[in-house]
Amino acid sequence: MYDVYKVRKDFPMLDGTKKMQGKNLVFLDNASTTFKPQRVIDAMTEYYTTFTANSHRGDYDLLYNMDVKVSEARKAIAKFINSEENEVVFTSGDTASINLVAFGYALKFLKKDDEILISETEHASNVIPWFKVAQMTGAKVKYIPLDENNKITPENVKKVVCSATKICSVAQVGNVLAHEVDVKNIAKIVHEVGGIMVVDGAQSVPHMKIDFKDLDCDFLAFSAHKMCGPTGIGALVGKYDLLDSMDAVFGGGGMNIGFSTNGTCVALNPPAKFEAGTMNLSGILGFKAAVEYLEEIGMDNVHKHDQELFDYAMSKLEDNENVIIYNKTSRNGIITFNVKNVFSQDEATLLNHKGIAVRSGQHCAKMIDEAIGTNATVRASFYLYTTKEDVDALVDALNEGGDILDAYFN
Amino acid sequence: MLTLTNEMMRAIIMDHYSNPINKHQPPKDGYEKVHMHSDNCIDDIDTFLLVENGVVVDACFDGVACAISTSSTDIMCDLLKGKEVSQAKYIIEQYHHMIHEEEFDESVLEESLAFINTSKQAARIRCATIGWNAADEILKDK
Repeated sequence: MYDVYKVRKDFPMLDGTKKMQGKNLVFLDNASTTFKPQRVIDAMTEYYTTFTANSHRGDYDLLYNMDVKVSEARKAIAKFINSEENEVVFTSGDTASINLVAFGYALKFLKKDDEILISETEHASNVIPWFKVAQMTGAKVKYIPLDENNKITPENVKKVVCSATKICSVAQVGNVLAHEVDVKNIAKIVHEVGGIMVVDGAQSVPHMKIDFKDLDCDFLAFSAHKMCGPTGIGALVGKYDLLDSMDAVFGGGGMNIGFSTNGTCVALNPPAKFEAGTMNLSGILGFKAAVEYLEEIGMDNVHKHDQELFDYAMSKLEDNENVIIYNKTSRNGIITFNVKNVFSQDEATLLNHKGIAVRSGQHCAKMIDEAIGTNATVRASFYLYTTKEDVDALVDALNEGGDILDAYFN
Repeated sequence: MLTLTNEMMRAIIMDHYSNPINKHQPPKDGYEKVHMHSDNCIDDIDTFLLVENGVVVDACFDGVACAISTSSTDIMCDLLKGKEVSQAKYIIEQYHHMIHEEEFDESVLEESLAFINTSKQAARIRCATIGWNAADEILKDK
């Protein structure tokens, strides 16, 4: 039996002492970032108090131990996502991971009139790198049509895929509407025409069991900070042969076997060839602690908890005629809405005044406005420590309504 | 100290949000424009000033804006119209002092005093100053 109240005890941010506007903090912005359990914080601190050393750069015990720890972390993440250890590249996060595919793979292999498929619901990190690649190579960015629920479907991918399709890159769960996309079947379709499949896992990997091998996608990007881990660390998981074929993008220490005055440089094998410079070692240890924590909780439990909260919130909100919900069918721990005649940011300020943290605006998905018919929304997002009481606080605040200026004058 | 009650301040903000008379494109050529957008709000506005012979003859703005930015910019336009550039700069400076809870000269701020509580919602300071920063940008070399 999943006990959310027991889980909450693991998180210092949820110890009851944290206030916002003098009120108990109700944190419903988990699609943006998540709180960290004490063991993740301890793992990071331990790097600074007990294990401080660089990695790959010396012969003394302390450093050797650090190399072992980085390798253990890589193994833990590979196990969590079901990939090989040497398919896990540490990056600064999801954004850096997608950029690495764009500039390491796409820039090297795409040519004029090749096509890159994305969708209008994508986050900036899965749009702007492809725009840049298109500008630099002459390739074209094309958009997968959305279905009536603004969802990406394999059927609609079939409508736009062609022999020119070299890359398809979509979020497995979008950061605004949060529909789960059938990336496994989309990958099959893309592979049939010889393209590669890139999956932005920023909102899926933290919330559900993801199996890299089973999905058979080519690259999977995600961030640690959205899954109880530290900021500034994440992973690009890629099929080894593709990683091997890519450019390293960043040159520097730790990524090469050697270089000489004639301008040649021989890169190390993946994943080291992508990890130039001193890595975020404290972050890597925290990342490992985070995935181990989630495995103990069980990703199926996390997903089920998200869905239960979504259903609970939906059942409570459906009677409120003032609330417009844009993703009633997604069931993935994100509810995106507006209050009639209230600008999203003004609503978020009113909720802030009540101690409730939500995101408002465009959520970095700035092409979605046409699909959903509004240029800004409020987003409430849940995670494994969110309670029904948190949802009640939101529902009550929305039912109470109130003047947006209460936030300034009450 | 302040002569405005909370109720009056609320009414002022709501009035300028619901009915922003200065929210429109310039009626003729000659206006200087500065575009500003917010990193964390959707505010994306152009502010226009018509400055002739050292006087702000007219002010208006247009674009996408939340309640706070719409209202604060609309009030600013009212305040700056007809002022000499030096006076206009002084008003903008005093407004910024007020927003940041520093000592300020309330005698020149009129309806913009309604924004005195902005610091209670610190994330919205940018909204309450976006039009003011644009006007400041236009006037800074004058």
